[in-house]
Amino acid sequence: MRLIHDIPGGIHPPERKALSRPGQLRELPLPNRLVLPMRQHIGAPASPIVKEGDRVLGGQCIAEATTSMSVAVHAPTSGTIARIGAHPIAHASGLDDLCIELETDGSDQWLSHSGVTDYRAQSPETLMAHIQQAGIAGLGGAGFPTAVKLLARERGPIETLIINGTECEPYITADDTLMQCEASAIIEGAQILAYIVGAANIVIAVEDNKPDALAAMTAAAGDDIEVATFPTKYPSGGEKQLITILTGKEVPRGGIPADIGIVCQNPGTAVAVRDAIVHGKPLTHRVITLTGEALTSPGNVRAPLGTPVETLMEFAGFQPPMHPRVIHGGPMMGFALASLAAPVIKTTNCLLAPTPDELPLPQPAQACIRCGLCAEACPASLLPQQLYWYAQAKDQQQLEKHHLFDCIECGACAWVCPSNIPLVQYYRASKAYVVDARQEKQRSENAMHRFEARQSRVAHEAQEREAKRAERKAAAAAKAAASGEDPVQAAIARAAARKAAQAETADEPGDPS
Amino acid sequence: MSLMTNSSPHAHRPLSVADVMQRVLLATLPGVLVLTWFFGPGTLVNILFGGALALLFEALALKARRRDPWQTLNDYSALVTATLLCIALPPYSPWWLIAVGIACAVLLGKQVFGGLGYNPFNPAMVGYVVLLISFPVQMSSWQAPRGLAEVPGLLDALEALFLPAHYDGATAATALDLWRQNKGMMFEDMARTTPEFGRWGGRAWEWVNIAFLVGGLWLLKQRLFTWHAPGAMLLTLAVCALLGFDGGSSTGGGSMTFHLLSGATMFGAFFIVTDPVSSAVSTRGRFLFGALIGLLVYLIRVFGNYPDAVAFAVLILNFAAPLIDQYTQPRVYGSQKEDDA
Repeated sequence: MRLIHDIPGGIHPPERKALSRPGQLRELPLPNRLVLPMRQHIGAPASPIVKEGDRVLGGQCIAEATTSMSVAVHAPTSGTIARIGAHPIAHASGLDDLCIELETDGSDQWLSHSGVTDYRAQSPETLMAHIQQAGIAGLGGAGFPTAVKLLARERGPIETLIINGTECEPYITADDTLMQCEASAIIEGAQILAYIVGAANIVIAVEDNKPDALAAMTAAAGDDIEVATFPTKYPSGGEKQLITILTGKEVPRGGIPADIGIVCQNPGTAVAVRDAIVHGKPLTHRVITLTGEALTSPGNVRAPLGTPVETLMEFAGFQPPMHPRVIHGGPMMGFALASLAAPVIKTTNCLLAPTPDELPLPQPAQACIRCGLCAEACPASLLPQQLYWYAQAKDQQQLEKHHLFDCIECGACAWVCPSNIPLVQYYRASKAYVVDARQEKQRSENAMHRFEARQSRVAHEAQEREAKRAERKAAAAAKAAASGEDPVQAAIARAAARKAAQAETADEPGDPS
Repeated sequence: MSLMTNSSPHAHRPLSVADVMQRVLLATLPGVLVLTWFFGPGTLVNILFGGALALLFEALALKARRRDPWQTLNDYSALVTATLLCIALPPYSPWWLIAVGIACAVLLGKQVFGGLGYNPFNPAMVGYVVLLISFPVQMSSWQAPRGLAEVPGLLDALEALFLPAHYDGATAATALDLWRQNKGMMFEDMARTTPEFGRWGGRAWEWVNIAFLVGGLWLLKQRLFTWHAPGAMLLTLAVCALLGFDGGSSTGGGSMTFHLLSGATMFGAFFIVTDPVSSAVSTRGRFLFGALIGLLVYLIRVFGNYPDAVAFAVLILNFAAPLIDQYTQPRVYGSQKEDDA
């Protein structure tokens, strides 16, 4: 039995997970149109390799990775490329971005694909290249390119691979459902991932509010793979928090889990890796929780990437309340979509359509009474009330001294705040402000160095010129002294001779010059 | 369809500042009831009169600051300040004493700094200390408790409030007072022979203290504050009393239970020291904050000129709170001991 450690802070918001009936997975009827953003992950966007009007098959690569911090995009079904251009996307900014729009033809024809027969016979580098080409980015929420994350072992030996099935955000049951429905695929994916990073141990981590998923994973895991469970608390699923819960170790500040020999992956990512390696299938579909009381038939659905949110809302029986909201992700860290036209992407684990009674709209913020409930709730042991104070004052020095950048934006502080202060929003704005201020400082420092360098260069050149002049003078004086001539008289004589010579040549007729 | 967008988190715990303040008010109830039992309705009348004045002053100040009074009055903070100050005032105080105290607490203690959340000092204690220094006679005439004198009725209370010149009440020194003035009596003898002493602390005051302890523990259970500040204050006071108790000689400090159950100890620990706005912020900081208050309370009680000391100790530590914050920042996740400066 593994010793489970506690983390500081944390909260227990209403879980509301039963609403989306975890464990039941529905298939979405094929949408008529899919919109595939080039940026579904953290890093550089993919670059389209198809033209409008091209016919593509399911699984065909339609945009390739541009750098190592980028992943490819594939057609989830067969059809025709209708348009390549800006389209609303699921992003907190609400801005449009480059997307490939695919008119589906309903025949769902696929490219033939086959995986590697024995992944253990392949080098980890080969497998990682497959993973990048299959377009896999972390399916847990951040969308970090999986192949890049697997480079972890370059930082040091990896002992443990953790499959993070915590899913600590309220409402979301996508991983829960996947663990119940595809436990063996998760295990297989985990074994491939462990082989790539060279981890001897695999731990499947499941919060204790998911007994069915826990049972399914335990049954599939066998003897070599550990399934660990621990008390439900938000945000236990944060990568750093989970590592502390399971091992008692802390990821050093500014470091990554690999620094202490750990790599974390999401169960969905494990299945995607299994599909890519064993079947040669790229990432084109994912499980999404459709939930919230504004939906008449909430539940989990496997949907092609690029499905417009609209289509999914219709599928789940969206009854828009007054002031409708659709949240991409969970209620704690998700962002509210600006448009239902935005498509789902690799990181879409949940679409939450709450009624105002269920998740009331934010109330006007009142004064901070420094009650300290936020500090008690903070899993990073920050002092949110002090950060708020300095955020208002834009006090960069104090913000950094109070470890602004250790904030994981989990929202626990804002959840407990009796004054309804949108604390996380302040911290996000402050982070941007501090980054700007640092860059500004860097720029002015650079400018100062350049100026100083130029000053010293100019001075140096002047000095050199001066030295040369002095040298010439000395040489001339020495020469004059040696020949016994007066240099001034000699120069006058030379000038007179030159003049005379010029007058002579000018007299010569037919000279072309 | 146009969608509402707002920043995460989208969920919020249903607990507002007004809820917090209401619970604090509710938690004073046991203490106020026991005060009323022993001293008559004086404290209740103080609270009602002072509460009304506090709302009035707060509304005027908000008006002067061009804020919407209704948005702020409903946070109950003015009522909490008034209630805490009026509990600390002697019952049967004249109207002008209460008015000056409330005005100082609400206006000088809070509104001049920008209202709730921006006051560096505990507003109730600001009001209390202004009165204590300006009107020492009125502030030190406590009604004699039930058992030592007749308990006044409601009409007496109203007369004392509005026609103070006509009111003639029976006052008595408190046990803390008597012990400070004591010359030559052993603690045990004094506690046994003096009617102002009770079983453990001051007569009546021991029950008042227990009642405030009950209210305070209820607040603690509601998790509106942590145990650190009140716990550290009581612990330090107890340890000091234990160390200073030299077997009960006339020059000693008095027993541990005497200090814990006399004067404003429990009221101070759970209702004054726990004021979050003017205290230190981290749990370590709050522990230190409370401990230093406990130490000062003991020192002033035993060596100082005032019989009780909670108000002074709290105000002094309010000054020190930013300094305490400077040195008690918690260790953040993943940081090593050496970069924990």
